[in-house]
Amino acid sequence: MRVMAQMAMVMNLDKCIGCHTCSVTCKQAWTNRQGTEYVWFNNVETRPGLGYPRGYEDQDEWRGGWIRTDNGRLKLRAGGRLNKLLTIFSNPKMPSIQDYYEPWTYDYETLLNAPAQETFPVARPQSLISGKQINIEWSANWDDDLGGSREHAAKDPMLKGIADKVKFEFEQTFMFYLPRICEHCLNPSCAASCPSGAIYKREEDGIVLVDQDKCRGWRMCVTGCPYKKVYFNHKTGKAEKCTFCYPRIEVGIPTVCAETCVGRLRYIGLMLYDADKVLEAASVEDEHDLYEAQRSVFLDPHDPAVQREAERAGIPGDWIEAAKKSPVWRLISEYKVALPLHPEYRTMPMVWYIPPLSPVVDVIKDTGFDAEDKDNLFAAIDALRIPVEYLANLFTAGDVRPVNDVLRKLAAMRSYMRDINLGRDPQASIPESVGMTEEEMYEMFRLLAIAKYSDRYVIPPAHGEQAHALEELATDCPVSGFDDEIFETSGPFGEGSGRGGVTPVAVENLKMLQQRQTADTLVAGGSKRGRVNLLNWDGRGMPKGLFPDRASAGDQAPAPGRGDTEPVDDPALLDDGQARPDNTAGADGGPR
Amino acid sequence: MSTFLWVIFPYICLAIFVVGHVWRYQYDKFGWTTRSSQLYESRLLRIGSPLFHFGMLGVVLGHFIGLVIPQSLTDRLGLSHEAYHVIALAGGIPAGIAAVVGLAILVYRRRTVGPVFSATTVNDKVMYAVLGLVIALGMWNTIAGSLLTIGGEYNYRDGVSPWFRQIFWFQPDATLMEDAPLGFQLHAFLAFLLFAMWPFTRLVHVFSAPLGYVTRPYIVYRSRDDRPGVATGTRAQKRGWERVG
Ligand code: HEM
Ligand code: SF4
Ligand code: SF4
Ligand code: SF4
Repeated sequence: MRVMAQMAMVMNLDKCIGCHTCSVTCKQAWTNRQGTEYVWFNNVETRPGLGYPRGYEDQDEWRGGWIRTDNGRLKLRAGGRLNKLLTIFSNPKMPSIQDYYEPWTYDYETLLNAPAQETFPVARPQSLISGKQINIEWSANWDDDLGGSREHAAKDPMLKGIADKVKFEFEQTFMFYLPRICEHCLNPSCAASCPSGAIYKREEDGIVLVDQDKCRGWRMCVTGCPYKKVYFNHKTGKAEKCTFCYPRIEVGIPTVCAETCVGRLRYIGLMLYDADKVLEAASVEDEHDLYEAQRSVFLDPHDPAVQREAERAGIPGDWIEAAKKSPVWRLISEYKVALPLHPEYRTMPMVWYIPPLSPVVDVIKDTGFDAEDKDNLFAAIDALRIPVEYLANLFTAGDVRPVNDVLRKLAAMRSYMRDINLGRDPQASIPESVGMTEEEMYEMFRLLAIAKYSDRYVIPPAHGEQAHALEELATDCPVSGFDDEIFETSGPFGEGSGRGGVTPVAVENLKMLQQRQTADTLVAGGSKRGRVNLLNWDGRGMPKGLFPDRASAGDQAPAPGRGDTEPVDDPALLDDGQARPDNTAGADGGPR
Repeated sequence: MSTFLWVIFPYICLAIFVVGHVWRYQYDKFGWTTRSSQLYESRLLRIGSPLFHFGMLGVVLGHFIGLVIPQSLTDRLGLSHEAYHVIALAGGIPAGIAAVVGLAILVYRRRTVGPVFSATTVNDKVMYAVLGLVIALGMWNTIAGSLLTIGGEYNYRDGVSPWFRQIFWFQPDATLMEDAPLGFQLHAFLAFLLFAMWPFTRLVHVFSAPLGYVTRPYIVYRSRDDRPGVATGTRAQKRGWERVG
């Protein structure tokens, strides 16, 4: 037994309202830089739907993850080592920017500087890649909320085998949201695909990171990850991925996406696992066994033998304590309501999901029956093959049995708690029918429904004796600003090159954010003065260029048809000479 | 003049080449990348890049054989000049053509595909110009000099090659190059210029060809503070923040 600790996450899909707050806050924190405009470490996709990048789950096409060879060994689906080296000059299966989407901004300058005219000026979309005007035809959430589902969701790779049963009539469809981040896999195929060995799994907490100093831009990891959660920064020429917000985790606070989640549906905690058994579990023959196999790799932190081995492996005492309290452990291994996303990729993902019961509940409600009655719910779970089979394609490689079990537990909890809430006698037979005790069911309810902050996040801080190596502590120091190099984000070899480029994550991003807000350029080269990217504006202060300069506003905004000489008479000007942002004639009738 | 061109200049270039790489590796590990543009465009790259690279690898191998292995060695092995020539041309011409065609596709792509063009730096353009010239002159020397023998036959293995080897023994004989045809002179001169530029361009990626991949285990584990003096994660440690004790 070789005990290792893994920081893991569980998301309760019933609670996700698809608000994309998690995506936006993550972007604000980590990818609001040039080169990562199209990158969403966290994205939320509507299912059924194509996802982001488009149709990424179709591994016959994208060749991510591992496959099992006939002799029982694992092989990278995109080809082994020699194969990779031979195709290194041009990766045969690299998603193009079009498969994600071409990021854009709007030509706000036209709006701001347009003279008063009959028709309202429009801000045309402009590509952030080429700087040219583009026609927006796709983006990361083009099929949000089943928009255009006949065209898009119908192509969802996970509908294979059940497509004929799923109707995309609006009144008959079901849908739910699937927030996705990097899975921080136990057997990460991204790391295995990296020719330079720049992607590594941290021994302490299992977080998978790209060493930016060792990455050489061979872009094989992008193909290697079946979840398409490694992205290529097209400005720096390096791969980047979700970091599980390690600077925050190291000081014991949750990831940005979890902290800001509106539905409060994310759980973060430790899992102890036996590193010696990972490969064996990932290589089981039947895909349907992968879910159980992965669960068998996890170690019970309450078991004294495990605790002894963990201590021997150098895992600190407070981490073992935290593992005992881990909500992730409870949801995955005690209540068994969380399932892995696509175990069939054999990467042993570590962000798990509680599948949504809501599609089932909705159907019962629509038919006028009592949607909180256990028997109605159980009958519906058995009868409704569509959501169940679809969920099975996502979470258990198509095996409906575990999905059924989870849904029944959720259904049982629903009707059991109704009795309690209505002041009726709780029925012990309900938890029993799904193999749980009353106490367990109540505790599960508290964890899932009450979901107190301290229950959702049990994150032991990294150790004090290693404090010199903690990202956030080092960056917190106010005097680190004295080092000019930190603020020199670009050397002579492109964005971020030189020593100054590799700055503490937090400072680097804030600095770059500030630069982007004040930058004149849309893409490298070519000046587009006055253009503002509002996506990167945090609402504080005024981004430069959003409004014309005060000093020069007077001579910049001539009133058409009146001659340039009488700017004072122009109703489109505020009294201090600043142009009105919307350029409409003022109702207050000119200068006072 | 000829001492400068064929003795001093090569040494300056080689010195910049070596010191430059060491310096850049120290100063700019983050910038050490292929700066792949495949995210923008795949179709042309799929053809151009392998063609160019495999061609280039052949060309580099050919130069190694032609410049480094002395004529006396092949003579002793009983390989006649004619036979050597045929082998060299049979290997060199296809490799050269592949490199030229590949480069042409890559340059065409750089120029015509909008996003790739706007990602092309001045540095890239200068590098492409010099690299293109070196390759073009090399092809000219091979085709015009050796195949069609325009302007008389020239055996570079009597002139350029010994001079090149002498550089590494630190006794280059400038007269060997003085006697070479202009095409060879230009080719050699620009090639050294390219060597001097090398550490400062994207060409540094050649030296990180990931051969270690063949032998390393698939999954890399690393401790948070594994490398001494280096902090965690994505950055190198800052000056003044070295660990104490
Ligand atoms: C020996 C191992 C080499 C490897 C593994 C290698 C690999 C690569 C890779 C992955 C790219 C990026 C292609 C892309 O996705 O855009 C690239 C680009 C390039 N390489 Fe190499 N290369 C090698 C040797 C060379 C040599 C010897 C030269 C020339 C002297 C060279 C010149 C270039 C150039 C000019 C580009 C830019 C192509 C473009 O995008 O226009 N490479 N190389
Ligand atoms: S999900 Fe994350 S850890 Fe797993 S293969 Fe993809 S990038 Fe790597
Ligand atoms: S863990 Fe952090 S980096 Fe990863 S998706 Fe969430 S917010 Fe983004
Ligand atoms: S913030 Fe929470 S509720 Fe909103 S989309 Fe993200 S995961 Fe869902």
